[in-house]
Amino acid sequence: MYRYDEFDARFVAERVEQFRYQVERRLSGELTEDEFKPLRLMNGLYLQLHAYMLRIAVPYGTLSARQLRTLAHIARRYDKGYGHFTTRQNIQFNWPKLVDVPDILAELATVEMHALQTSGNCIRNVTADHFAGAAEDEIEDPRIIAEIVRQWSTLHPEFSYLPRKFKIAVSGTEADRAALRFHDVAIQIVRNGDGEVGYRVYAGGGMGRTPYISHVVGDFVARSDILAFLEAVMRVYNQSGRRDNIYKARIKILVSALGPEEMRRQVAHEFDEIRSTGTLQLPQEEIDRIAAYFEPPDFEQQYDVCDIFETARADDPELRAWSEINLARHRASGYAIATISLKPIGGVPGDCSHEQLDGLAALMDDFQLAEIRVSHEQNLVLPHVRKRDLPAIFTRLRALGLATPNAGLITDIIACPGLDYCDLANARAIPIAQRISERFATIARQRDIGELKIKISGCINACGHHHAGHIGILGVDKKGVEYYQLILGGSGAEDASIGEILGPAFGEHEIVDAVEGVVELYLERRQPGERFLDAYRRLGPEPFKERVYAAH
Amino acid sequence: MAQMLTANRLRDGAVVYWRAGAWLTGLADAELLPEPAGADAALAAADESVRDRVVVNPYLFDVREDAGTVRPVKEREVIRAAGPTVRLDLGKQANHVQV
Repeated sequence: MYRYDEFDARFVAERVEQFRYQVERRLSGELTEDEFKPLRLMNGLYLQLHAYMLRIAVPYGTLSARQLRTLAHIARRYDKGYGHFTTRQNIQFNWPKLVDVPDILAELATVEMHALQTSGNCIRNVTADHFAGAAEDEIEDPRIIAEIVRQWSTLHPEFSYLPRKFKIAVSGTEADRAALRFHDVAIQIVRNGDGEVGYRVYAGGGMGRTPYISHVVGDFVARSDILAFLEAVMRVYNQSGRRDNIYKARIKILVSALGPEEMRRQVAHEFDEIRSTGTLQLPQEEIDRIAAYFEPPDFEQQYDVCDIFETARADDPELRAWSEINLARHRASGYAIATISLKPIGGVPGDCSHEQLDGLAALMDDFQLAEIRVSHEQNLVLPHVRKRDLPAIFTRLRALGLATPNAGLITDIIACPGLDYCDLANARAIPIAQRISERFATIARQRDIGELKIKISGCINACGHHHAGHIGILGVDKKGVEYYQLILGGSGAEDASIGEILGPAFGEHEIVDAVEGVVELYLERRQPGERFLDAYRRLGPEPFKERVYAAH
Repeated sequence: MAQMLTANRLRDGAVVYWRAGAWLTGLADAELLPEPAGADAALAAADESVRDRVVVNPYLFDVREDAGTVRPVKEREVIRAAGPTVRLDLGKQANHVQV
């Protein structure tokens, strides 16, 4: 894992004291709310529906056991006993008191954490593939460049007052687990024909009220040039992005208005100019220095088939189901990637109690697991698990209520906090996720349905990624009453697409039946081995429309 | 339509409701402001609480009488007054006390 150097530690500590002083000045009346609001937002502190909310950055979704323990402690001491993992790999606390926030930030700083770049019109916390360093087909760990981008973007004077927030994601594989194409900028690590490693850069993707899939603006950017290239993209955006209308200020609107070709031309022009000065060349020594922090653990030489694991799962149907659903292939023989679902049937997607956070930290220590990951799908991931440890780890997870076997299935639902917590929401999202997961609770039924990603947002800001759901659900407000639009055919993966609204919205008590109608039609019409998404793409919306609106 | 006045307490962010110059934590204690003039006057008076750093973000919301009880028109305000519908152990529904 990346460890703070002296500069990082001092910077974060100073920032805590600076914010402590700002809070004091606010409470003493020296600062008005208008003056204070941008300062608190720069430190991740929002005012939500019920209380303040503190959003803490989890850079590229990687946490240590020590950090989990501190999050558990904060949940217990300063909040209401739980945290909420978000679709940007961050964690939020929903009930902190303003007067406690400087102390919370000070506690976070002791474990190299902070709440910077989790709000405001800056380059936000950089996200990455949650299988980083473990994925079978990975070219390079994406967190190396994610960390370099983090260091470059934090406090960068040119990017502290962008037209709007700016989100960057990184992946090192062809398979896209980071929703690359829905980001303002995405970096995909690729190899060229000569086998050299470089970066394909996308720009102009996004969700929100106007969803766009990004375009390639750099086919193969050399490693040493990546910051110069990103700076070129940012300059085009900073110069030409709209500041007159908040809804048209994201880079996706600029790319759409210019057209991808013109965007590429302008970026290339800026890139040439920056490169000509030679000031933003990234030295190989610096790349190597950062890369050393992300060296994989020393994998033990093991057979890929592990007798201990195979015997245990032959004896325990629950372990068998969990292992078949929640494990992914690891690059090292005898290891697996384990997804810890934060989607218990009927539970709140992404919520994790302080007991669970502490329990996971103890589990990590006991099994020498240095890292845990937060996924943008609001789950946790143990990236490097010895197969022989899996039976014991599963038993521990089950005791913690963290062994739900549903990764990638219909009950593994993304849902934003919605109107239960969020000041911007128009409708609740969590209860809809709960009712759907209860309706499809049976594991055999879920497995029969296969891969199906449901994503629910409580407003058009799309924190719940509804545009990218195989089945997306968008909550809307009609004269104070919650309604839900059904959106089909989206994908946030390498086959990215934007879902289409099926028709008129459903009431709160109708939407689960509508989802079930869609799923039943798929089961009737699918071809052997065909996923829901592929069946929808083949069949088009009409048969689904007929099914759900006939019954409506 | 009748209204009520709400805000968040500055120090801890708690949702509070206006009643005759004081800020109380329960919707049931909130002052019913049946006339627009009275509602506007309360909102103007709340500015003083903002200046005194007691609350932030004061605003009026619509309510209607329903079977003898006063209820916010919007679901948002119903949830804000009670707490998350998915965690009945949290928010005001779990602990209703006066400031």
